[in-house]
Amino acid sequence: MVVVFGKGLVKDYSNFRAVDNINFEINKGECYGFLGPNGAGKTTVMRMIYCFTLPTKGELKVFGMDVYKDARLIKAKVGVMPQDDNLDIDLTVIENLIVYGRYFDIPKKVSKTKAIKLLEFVGLVDKADISIQKLSGGMRRRLLLARALINDPELLILDEPTVGLDPHSRHILWDSLKVLKSKGVTIIVTTHYMEEAEEICDYVAFMESGRIIIVDKPLNLTKRFGGNLEKVFMKLTEKH
Amino acid sequence: MSLKKAIRVWQRHFTLYRKIFKSSLVLNFVDPILYLAALGLGLGFFIKDINGIPYLRFIAPGIIASSAMFATVYECTYGTYVRMHYQKTFDAILSAPINIYELITGEILWGATKSAFYGLSIIIVISFFGLVDSILIVLLIPILFISGVIFAQLSLIAVALVPAIDSFNYFYTLFITPMFLFSGIFFPLEGFPPIVSSIAFLTPLYHIVNISRALAFGELTIWEDLIWLLVVCLILTPVSYKLMKRRVMT
Ligand SMILES: Nc1ncnc2c1ncn2[C@@H]1O[C@H](COP(=O)(O)OP(=O)(O)O)[C@@H](O)[C@H]1O
Ligand SMILES: [Mg+2]
Repeated sequence: MVVVFGKGLVKDYSNFRAVDNINFEINKGECYGFLGPNGAGKTTVMRMIYCFTLPTKGELKVFGMDVYKDARLIKAKVGVMPQDDNLDIDLTVIENLIVYGRYFDIPKKVSKTKAIKLLEFVGLVDKADISIQKLSGGMRRRLLLARALINDPELLILDEPTVGLDPHSRHILWDSLKVLKSKGVTIIVTTHYMEEAEEICDYVAFMESGRIIIVDKPLNLTKRFGGNLEKVFMKLTEKH
Repeated sequence: MSLKKAIRVWQRHFTLYRKIFKSSLVLNFVDPILYLAALGLGLGFFIKDINGIPYLRFIAPGIIASSAMFATVYECTYGTYVRMHYQKTFDAILSAPINIYELITGEILWGATKSAFYGLSIIIVISFFGLVDSILIVLLIPILFISGVIFAQLSLIAVALVPAIDSFNYFYTLFITPMFLFSGIFFPLEGFPPIVSSIAFLTPLYHIVNISRALAFGELTIWEDLIWLLVVCLILTPVSYKLMKRRVMT
């Protein structure tokens, strides 16, 4: 089953083309990575998929629904872990989840139970009632993941989920993602850590200057180009 | 546009405010009491009365209106800007099933709520000092909500237009402060050339001060000013939504 389908997708900012005519298809249960250097257009693609911005041109369907028309229905089934930490710094850990759940019309009682389960899942349950200003960078990222899961999303979008994290925190997050994947959640992730892509992605799309230059399984790419994904990335970006 | 979703945004602000409200509430009273003490008692010693009204009683209703205005304007300039630009709260909200119109409505409703709430708390304090004659002053609370919508929209227009947070200085210095001084809170405008009252007539604070003073003295001569507020509210709505949408979405 195709969960996300993009065709001829374009996004212009005033007179700058951030996403330039890309096509992709993401299937249910897959982990699909958008890779590429800073400014390649990864975040812009994510933002179009989770209906934060409209495409300038092209077709984009999520769960078969049109992003131009059904933003609210799509958003209800999607969880987003943004590139920038946008937790509510004046609220406690659990309040962050409950307030966010309210945006999805989840009643407080339900979201409270849910929040505790999610905090258990990301290993923050003992921190439930402390201010988020007391959390480490890795913990804040895990809380962002928990928040993205408050509406039981079928599609999870992670924009640079482990940027700035130490290897240990990074592995904790990857393990959580693997658990979610095993439960059938479709995951889209952007990263510029090749190691991360190799670890969790079934497919990777390399982006450069708003275009997708190649899509394949990480294993196929490393076979075809030799070396690890890092080397593949260097070779691919050299050519252009 | 769903009102329920706008209220979700309002609830988020309410949840946060409830946490800090105890520590900030006392502070709310400092400004109005300073004005009343310094001007009402200090200046009042020399002025005695204006149009037969003791000076302190003359300015008290205006202070209710201006306190409510400042509460809204701070909330919807600095507060909104911080949520939008620094804390990225808007990004978080817009990633959930809430659209930009609902988000803007939530900001406006919250700003208006603060107007009514601050108005109410100042009314209580001022009544405690016996400076309000009539129970009709309670009618001011819903009207402060309406003027709050106007001040919230004006603030959001400022948010949409400023290049950076310190540019709000222009908004305050060139617009809010002159409006505060020349809205008839501290002196009637009749002493000035007619152009001054003509300009004051174009500002919302002038009308809410008129309404507040009338109600404080038990008069219901508020209709013209109330209609003015409602009309301006309607005129500002498309402008504020359009500018804010442009600011947030691009
Ligand atoms: N709101 C915006 N307005 C103008 N240009 C933007 C905006 N957002 C992103 N861009 C530009 O679009 C390009 C792609 O950005 P982005 O999608 O954030 O890339 P990535 O996530 O791959 O680093 C960059 O050159 C960036 O400067
Ligand atoms: Mg990015």
